[in-house]
Amino acid sequence: MARTFRPKAIHPLGDCAAYIEFSEELDLDINAAVQRLAAIVHGRALPWVRDVVPALGGLALHFDPDHPDLQGESLQAAAGLVAECLKEIDPKSEAPARTVEVPVCYAPEFALDIEEVAKKARLPVEEVAALHAAGDYRVLMIGFAPGHAYMGGLNRKLAVPRRATPRAVVPAGAVAIANDQTVVYPYAISGGWNVIGRTPLAVFDAFREAPSLFAPGDRVRFRAISKEEFKE
Amino acid sequence: MSIRVLRPGLLSTLQDHGRHGLQHVGLCPGGAMDPIALALANALVGNERDEAALEMTVIGPQLAFEEEALVALCGAEFDGSFPHNRPVRVPAGSRFNVGRAVRGARAYLAVAGGFAVEPVLGSRSTFVPGGFGGFAGRALRHGDLLPLRDASASKKFSTLKKTRNGSVRWSAPPLTLPDREPILLHVIEGQHYGSFEPASQRAFYEAVWRISPDSNRMGFRLAGPTLARAENDEILSGPTCLGTVQVPANGVPIVLMADHQTTGGYPHIAEVVSADVPRLAQLAPGGTVHFARCDLGMAAELRHHMDERLSAALRGIAWNYGQ
Repeated sequence: MARTFRPKAIHPLGDCAAYIEFSEELDLDINAAVQRLAAIVHGRALPWVRDVVPALGGLALHFDPDHPDLQGESLQAAAGLVAECLKEIDPKSEAPARTVEVPVCYAPEFALDIEEVAKKARLPVEEVAALHAAGDYRVLMIGFAPGHAYMGGLNRKLAVPRRATPRAVVPAGAVAIANDQTVVYPYAISGGWNVIGRTPLAVFDAFREAPSLFAPGDRVRFRAISKEEFKE
Repeated sequence: MSIRVLRPGLLSTLQDHGRHGLQHVGLCPGGAMDPIALALANALVGNERDEAALEMTVIGPQLAFEEEALVALCGAEFDGSFPHNRPVRVPAGSRFNVGRAVRGARAYLAVAGGFAVEPVLGSRSTFVPGGFGGFAGRALRHGDLLPLRDASASKKFSTLKKTRNGSVRWSAPPLTLPDREPILLHVIEGQHYGSFEPASQRAFYEAVWRISPDSNRMGFRLAGPTLARAENDEILSGPTCLGTVQVPANGVPIVLMADHQTTGGYPHIAEVVSADVPRLAQLAPGGTVHFARCDLGMAAELRHHMDERLSAALRGIAWNYGQ
């Protein structure tokens, strides 16, 4: 990362959290640096910090403002912590990231919107699936629902807007795209993204040791599978 | 030993103080909407502060106690004759029927010894959208049997001084109920406040806002003037917090409550300070609020003031238990 990576602003999210903003726009380099910064802050395991949430353009620190370990004013303490952790980011090295492989069945019964995407992108349906499965993705942020990961790295040929009318129910495991990102729906919820396949994996399982399949900063690959494999 | 659910009420769920440390994977802390009332209810039956209790909403459940239990009901006032804000020994075979909330919206029924449900991700709170935690990951239904952990816990009642009819003479103060409406909520200016039209900025502070019927544990929608932004540019999705007031493109503000989403793509006009959220949680649809600007220093004072009132109430309860 060649550019300087410094907070642009610190916004109080009420009196128990602060948003440390690095960019008002999505910049994949800045997001990658935010992920590394969040990992360093998280690694400190400070007793006054309750949650470290990396987002698209910055990170949120959720804290106990009355914790005895929090010295002075909370926003300044948050800024100080971030400034200290920033020094530990090595600008030359790539962040070590896990790779999560996600099997996806792109069969028509699961790919509810793939024909519409193909039409808009002026590509054959098979090409839509192939381009999606060939991508190298990064988890930019998890939000909207538990385990719901926003992933960047979608091929530009597949950049189509969200559906004009959101679906009342998108099934759990639905793999969907919109603009320059892809997501996997953790639960059956309403959503406006274009569904092009489905994974048999549980995206969020509260009873699993690691409840979320994805973590912020993860590298993600999709692997096309057949209907038979999906049912196994 | 258990409690049988005869009628579930409008929305009755087990809640404790929530699960922390998982917002980075999109899971909000959740937990009791009014943690102050929960803390009082637990203290009244001699439980630890973070024990789970039954959160009931606007219309209470009907329950049958299979065995004797020591319970306390705190938070909203219901119209049934069940005593509020004090420890009550309910005999085996008795019915609990609280009716409707007449003041406040949410009450907590704590049972001495707690409910025998396993914690999920460190908490016994029910997270209904995810279907886990609490009792079977959902709100109570007719016929459910709520298991209790410690039958002998009701014996704590015998250490208390009683009146001739077997009740205690004292009660804990309700700390979060609205005295009159609109209730005043203190807010810190939101990240995107400056992007709203001047008229909308003024309207936000001048208007009396009404809680809409489509409000729930995720968020309260506020009916009032429509808020408009000067520039209608899309904002980058970012983190949210309990108490965030976000304004979608339709101009209707939403205050994020206990089961809120951890990130959102709507502009934040304000953030309700943490000390005022439990009072907001005590409003039912139709309830009214207005907003006043404050800074982090005042937010801390409000927090400490609420902490002191709660500590004083907890000391009073402990004194009655002879501790």
